[in-house]
Amino acid sequence: MGEVIVITSGKGGVGKTTSTANIGTGLAMMGKKVALIDTDIGLRNLDVVMGLENRIVYNLVDVVENNCRIKQALIKDKRYPNLYLLPSAQTKDKSAVTPEQMKKLTGDLRNEFDYILLDCPAGIEQGFKNAIAGADSALVVTTPEVSAVRDADRIIGLLEANDIGQTHLIVNRLRADMVKEGNMMSSDDVVEILAIDLIGIVPDDEHIVISTNNGEPLTGSDCQAGQAYMNISKRILGEDVPYLDLEVTKSFFQRFASIFKR
Amino acid sequence: MGFLSNWFKSSESSSDIAKSRLKLAITSDRAVCSPELMEQMKNDIIQVISKYVDIDTKGLDIKVTRTEIDDESGGTVNAVLASIPIKDKRPFRR
Repeated sequence: MGEVIVITSGKGGVGKTTSTANIGTGLAMMGKKVALIDTDIGLRNLDVVMGLENRIVYNLVDVVENNCRIKQALIKDKRYPNLYLLPSAQTKDKSAVTPEQMKKLTGDLRNEFDYILLDCPAGIEQGFKNAIAGADSALVVTTPEVSAVRDADRIIGLLEANDIGQTHLIVNRLRADMVKEGNMMSSDDVVEILAIDLIGIVPDDEHIVISTNNGEPLTGSDCQAGQAYMNISKRILGEDVPYLDLEVTKSFFQRFASIFKR
Repeated sequence: MGFLSNWFKSSESSSDIAKSRLKLAITSDRAVCSPELMEQMKNDIIQVISKYVDIDTKGLDIKVTRTEIDDESGGTVNAVLASIPIKDKRPFRR
């Protein structure tokens, strides 16, 4: 029986889709059979992040409306044969799917896959309710900014109210240099405020932009974000992985400047 | 030299400010309860108090607010404030 995990955040633009793509890729790299579902109806994006936008024939709404079988709508990943994407519909709106239909869909996929990751839309309306309907656990993505953390707190409350058992936190786009200067909240600060368990810290890394440009998730690659996402995937599988040392090596000029800041 | 170091170092870092602002915002966010829940609580309170005194349910007012704690700490706490008018002029004369 597979596990259904929803990736959510409340606020938009904090990295839900990127996290879904990269964690899914990480789990697939470790041999798990993974399905990614884009539940953001009307604003689909997981397909472009995965680089699979040209292969879409059927979508999520076609599946729940029985226009096709699930297997026809699932797109196989370019690189990992045990990774699949169920894209969202672009021309419908959130009301095209109900929580009950999502529950049935994820229930059916459980028999086929080890992990089903749901990329949740921003907000707390219908789309969010659909996405969490069939989920066993949740990954809450936030950045170390007041607006994102506040929305994450709302989401955590709603997840609890809807009996989503386990909720873990991903702190995304952390800048170690700014944390050190006291100009960005640390992951410890965020964890203290939100009071849920941390599962990953992803540094602000320009490689993410490049990987999204290319439509190829960077999990497992040499860069810090790639390592961070691989570690999150391993932690989902129950491995005890230490957190990365995100300390950036400062250039000579930066070190020189920091002497005067003291 | 004191003025020099003061000049170079602001008293509180922006991340500290963010953290304390967030804590306040989130505590009040969490205290907001849904209208349905509020109505339920109101009805329950009316039921319990009506067992002892005759109350004026129309003049009843219940809200959740932040109130200062009654000590020197200057901290605040979420509190349920209820104003419940009693109909009877000498309610506890039995």
